[in-house]
Amino acid sequence: MANTYTLISSVTVGSGGASSIDFTSIPATYTDLLVKMSTRAVATSNFPNTRVRFNSDSGSNYTYRRLYGTGVAAGSDTATETGAMIANTNGSDSTANTFAITDFYIPNYLSSNQKAIGAETASENNGTTAYIFAMADIWTGTTAITSMSIYSDYNFAQYSTAYLYGISNA
Amino acid sequence: MTNKIIVDCSTGVTTEVELTAEEIAEREAMAAEYAVQKAQEEAEATAKAAAKESANAKLAALGLTAEEIAALTK
Repeated sequence: MANTYTLISSVTVGSGGASSIDFTSIPATYTDLLVKMSTRAVATSNFPNTRVRFNSDSGSNYTYRRLYGTGVAAGSDTATETGAMIANTNGSDSTANTFAITDFYIPNYLSSNQKAIGAETASENNGTTAYIFAMADIWTGTTAITSMSIYSDYNFAQYSTAYLYGISNA
Repeated sequence: MTNKIIVDCSTGVTTEVELTAEEIAEREAMAAEYAVQKAQEEAEATAKAAAKESANAKLAALGLTAEEIAALTK
């Protein structure tokens, strides 16, 4: 069980938006990593996908299992892609100034084995459609994670935020 | 195309960097793929709703009450 949380770095997207949020030179001094995000995308439709890549690996080395609920329906899906699915982000169809809330957790990010990622996200929307997602991802990379790039199908809007925490188990 | 934000965790320095041509092409392809995916989902939802409405109308035409139809379909 984690007993320390240390903020490593954080980002707030400025007025120009951002195509991705990248954390580089992640220190190798923790046990696990946790990212907490509040994001909205500049999208013409709702809830575009948000993914993360590690160590600039853009190969088809990420697989997700996803459960989702819309408020009126539920489902699940799976796919292998070029980034790990971690969120679905509010878009321009969402209520103005609402953001999706996301956490994703990477245990043993220094491991020489493939990495698991647990993610959950909920949209904030004053409408009939609001999503909740729970995802289990795996990245087949066997090197320690030193960088990550978080990106969406569309650019992140102003005031989107991401906080990267290092967690030590002892 | 909007820049990407890079945070160097060892220094805390944040920089904004323009995307490469390859990255721009990838993002445009992702957005296009997502638009197609959403259109398919919306078309499927519309078709499903129409089929449900049609089925309910046929059941009503057979003489089933709204309560009986609800009991069958939920």
